[in-house]
Amino acid sequence: MISETKIVHFDSLRLDSGEELAPVQVAYETWGELNAARSNAILIVHAFSGDAHAAGVSAETGQTGWWDNMIGPGKAFDTDKYFVLCTNCLGGCRGTTGPSSTDPATGAPYAMKFPVITVADMVRLQKKVIDHLGIRRLLAISGGSMGGMQVLQWAVAYPEAVACAIPIATTARHSAQQIAFNEVGRQAIMADPEWCEGNYYGKTRPARGLAVARMVGHITYMSDDSMREKFGRRLRGKEEFGFDFSAEFEVESYLRYRGSQFVDRFDANSYLYITKAMDYFDLTLGQPSLAAALRPATARFLLISFTSDWLYPSYQSLEIVRALRSLNRDVAYCELPSNYGHDAFLVDVAEQTDIVRGYLASTYREAAA
Amino acid sequence: MAAATSPPRPAFVADVLGRSDYAIISELVAPGSRVLDLGCGEGELLAWLALNKNVDARGVEISGARVQKAITRGVSVYQGDALESLLDYPDKAFDYVILSQTLQETREPLRVLREMLRVGRECIVAFPNFGHWTVRLAHLFTGRSPRTRLFPYSWYDSPNIHFLTITDFVTLAREEGWRLERSIFLAGRRRVGILPNLLAEVAVFLFRAG
Repeated sequence: MISETKIVHFDSLRLDSGEELAPVQVAYETWGELNAARSNAILIVHAFSGDAHAAGVSAETGQTGWWDNMIGPGKAFDTDKYFVLCTNCLGGCRGTTGPSSTDPATGAPYAMKFPVITVADMVRLQKKVIDHLGIRRLLAISGGSMGGMQVLQWAVAYPEAVACAIPIATTARHSAQQIAFNEVGRQAIMADPEWCEGNYYGKTRPARGLAVARMVGHITYMSDDSMREKFGRRLRGKEEFGFDFSAEFEVESYLRYRGSQFVDRFDANSYLYITKAMDYFDLTLGQPSLAAALRPATARFLLISFTSDWLYPSYQSLEIVRALRSLNRDVAYCELPSNYGHDAFLVDVAEQTDIVRGYLASTYREAAA
Repeated sequence: MAAATSPPRPAFVADVLGRSDYAIISELVAPGSRVLDLGCGEGELLAWLALNKNVDARGVEISGARVQKAITRGVSVYQGDALESLLDYPDKAFDYVILSQTLQETREPLRVLREMLRVGRECIVAFPNFGHWTVRLAHLFTGRSPRTRLFPYSWYDSPNIHFLTITDFVTLAREEGWRLERSIFLAGRRRVGILPNLLAEVAVFLFRAG
């Protein structure tokens, strides 16, 4: 399955901060065919560091999509049946307008002049893309982590446009622990002298700060079990300690490798803006309760969490389930057993595939009836 | 869609679902109603009701593996404790709340039954009858915890923590002021007409708050 990135342009986007972003562009990819009734569209929403290339092999880079094990012919999001699309989020650096985009006022990259954005802003921009494609109602919207936050926001902001919401390994509001890890990442970037208050474009990038931020992130995506299994205390390429500070342990070398790899594909300022948007995310803001916040949502919900995910623990999904139940909404929930920590929704997909496939099929059947 | 909503034949349902109490329950539930099934297992009954009676079907199940199978069938089931789930729901959220074959395994059964009556307009319970004559004889003659076809477990591996009879349930209903609208007694797939507390293996009650 070959996929190509498409770009769509919009005149402007109103932001929660009160500012207006103009113009705006969105990068997106699609798989499968939209049916005549336009009733088989599924929007996939990526996590913090993802992009529009969710499935297939990229025509541009030759790389496989980040959720290729879930999207494709015969897979959970079956492209033989459904029209699946994914957009790069607002503030990103993979084709959608973000801090590395050119500010029309100056002709230079926005850098820190880019307005602070929210998860609701990301969703408002995705809605423009859906409208642009002539899709009035999505059969489903699904994503994990920050993607799951956008799924919840979609269900509340555009209830008439969502038949089925599938938020995975996510929360209705970022917790102190989640904000804390994001802040460590941001501080690592901002402490890098190459960051230069965000004005590093065309110069040396703050690669070391961004790599450290990513290393911290990776730790939070794994679990004690998965790290013990994957690395243990094994040394890399040697039997004995070298009594120095090179990357001796397997786990050190893995984190350094992941960090350096990330620098090649991600923009440090995007890291700052997107993590800030996640930290601001709180569906209950200005509402007396989570149930009150979810009241507008009318979609069927399928929530999934994972036993070893300590970054987005199951209690956060359960909180959403209980609120939906108090509203007597249609909600299914399962905590899947996995050792992979938060990464489970990306890598441990056998059971996730079964339940998503079944739930989608029954939603599609009902929608067609 | 007349075919989808016509009343199912009990024998057929029993064949499909493999359980005689499911056959009775599927008869009792009105088409197009809202149903909550507590301890719904792999969602067989709910999936059948959704497909054949156009029911808005929800379920609660404690076992994660069974929840996975139920959701794979497309049924809205969530993993959790029955009582805890009931407490979240608003009054009369469902037309029927069903508890089939798990009353004898349920902690705080009276509290669960009262919550069922708050959340549902009507309730359906099905349970194995511990008053069946084989159980009485087994206990009388062996002097041990009865092991029968209906209760095949040893005392140490049984999921059953309450051993209630039909008479026990009817007595409780009277004390609580519940209205028993339908009482159906089964031995195998046969209906039992006389001496149900002695002859019935399974009882199904449809009842509501008085």
